[in-house]
Amino acid sequence: MTAPLLDVENLTVRLAQGRAARPVLHGVSLHVAQGEAVGLVGESGSGKSVTCRAALGLLPEGAAATGALRLDGDDVLTMSPARLRELRRQDVSMVFQDPRASINPLRRIGDFVTEGMRAGGVPRKDALRRAAELLESVGIREPRAALRRYPHEFSGGMLQRVMIAGALAGEPRLLLADEPTTALDVTTQAEVISILTRLQAERGMGMLFVTHDLELAAAICDRIYVMYAGRIVESQTAEGLFGRPRHPYTTGLLAATPRLESDRAPRGVPGRPLSLAEAPDGCAFAARCAHALPRCGEGEPAPRDIEGAQVACLRAEELIHD
Amino acid sequence: MTEHALEVEGLRKTFGDHVAVDGVSFSLPPGGSLAIVGESGSGKTTTARMLVGLERPDAGRIRVGGRDRSHAARGRATRLARARELQMVFQDPYLSLDPRVTVAGCVEEPLRLHFPMSPAQRRARRDELLARVGLGEREADALPRRLSGGQRQRAAIARALATEPKVLILDEATAALDVSIQAQILDLLAEIRRDTGVGYLFVTHNLALVRHVADDILVLYQGRVVETGPTRDVLAAPRHPYTRLLLHSVPRPGWDPAGIAADRRALAAALREAPPAPASPGPLLPHASQTRPTERSAAE
Repeated sequence: MTAPLLDVENLTVRLAQGRAARPVLHGVSLHVAQGEAVGLVGESGSGKSVTCRAALGLLPEGAAATGALRLDGDDVLTMSPARLRELRRQDVSMVFQDPRASINPLRRIGDFVTEGMRAGGVPRKDALRRAAELLESVGIREPRAALRRYPHEFSGGMLQRVMIAGALAGEPRLLLADEPTTALDVTTQAEVISILTRLQAERGMGMLFVTHDLELAAAICDRIYVMYAGRIVESQTAEGLFGRPRHPYTTGLLAATPRLESDRAPRGVPGRPLSLAEAPDGCAFAARCAHALPRCGEGEPAPRDIEGAQVACLRAEELIHD
Repeated sequence: MTEHALEVEGLRKTFGDHVAVDGVSFSLPPGGSLAIVGESGSGKTTTARMLVGLERPDAGRIRVGGRDRSHAARGRATRLARARELQMVFQDPYLSLDPRVTVAGCVEEPLRLHFPMSPAQRRARRDELLARVGLGEREADALPRRLSGGQRQRAAIARALATEPKVLILDEATAALDVSIQAQILDLLAEIRRDTGVGYLFVTHNLALVRHVADDILVLYQGRVVETGPTRDVLAAPRHPYTRLLLHSVPRPGWDPAGIAADRRALAAALREAPPAPASPGPLLPHASQTRPTERSAAE
């Protein structure tokens, strides 16, 4: 097996807040191979966005990170500012949730798409020609004219395509997508996803797709990591996760999701999602888990390999999930 | 003819040149559950806002419990009576609750407005309502910012139920919640409907959700009703291409986003040439719509 494109090893992030440092991630390990689409799924406060942003070397203000986060063997956490700029310009790109909040409304679309190329020394004319090609590849009509327009002249779905075009400008090897379609209508979501997955496959990019929507992740990803309270609790292939979820949290999440093709009413998971800072000792999910035993509250369950899945649950082998 | 909890006929609203809602008609039986489904720009939110009086319709009739409310209310008593019958729960519980009022105060306010009660009676009723939605004393004394999203939405539901409405409008009321919490709230809503006989009008874009919460469905596209009927039938055999597109757009295993994108463009092109016809004004019938002529005659 070749070395993965992105290799996150035992990443722990603590926020500095006053004198008490608050942990947000604990021992997160994951990897994305070249050309692979990987899902990172979790609810609010699970740490999925922090994990994703860390791959760009973007950590919350004043946060301290331990562990390693390697892109092609190069540790992002210890990079010099100059190397980090280069990484963000040409190796790793990100598509954010809300294009309106992430694209400067006072600058033209052309400025946004060419910004990285210009900073990398590409002449203006070449950068604009390249930008027009990119806009065309994401399905923007009359791309040359679009370059001169402003963000407010585009709908949310169109602006998200512009963001994807901008993200691809540096020909990145890794694309990070943080809930890129959550703010869009369902039919627009399908269109943007089809563009994203087509370009990802054509260019052989690795993609880390962050979402709260298990069904969406399963529809487009090869493998999925499930996060809860700052830890990864399960990882499996998409089919494996749906066919045989191993962690009670995954099972709960699947049961809570309303399904078109199922008669079974969605069932809630009691309690509410915790962040790592609120989590008690032991398994963070224990308080909401129907299968919890006294020993679940004692030690943090280490992730174990079970038939191709990695599960952080003491009872993963014995539990039969319905 | 049975008395409908809510009847809407030929509702129309324009903003300048833009027709936001065009000839929308539907009815909701007492204790029924209807979902208005559509994407942004479909007119679903404008429709909901007209029902509760936040927008004035240009044409059409709205009747709640048989009483007409198409015209602006005259006087405080009429306004209060209207507010009592129809309540709304909004999408974002972070914006819809007053940040300076405790949960208890928030539920007491409509009680004070609508019912002549002694303070002791009011407190008892408030506690009953909060218990109904699963909030305890600790949450009652808290300001909204101390609560989670799910707890806030429970508080918003308790406040809406305080007036004993005939119909509760739920405008994307669970869309901002985590899925594990959304399912809890859906459970709660189902239980409340069973116990109190309140009718629900869900305004949503989520068809998978609709499948589990609504008896009937009304699909809006560009301000017009393109399909309506019992949820089970419409989702099993959608007749309008837009309903089919919406249905196919829901992510699931074997999902084909490229195919959906092509269908979407084809539909937009077809509708540019022949826009959907507005539902014709006529006698008001359950599920009256141009796309379901067979069902209309069956209802007659």
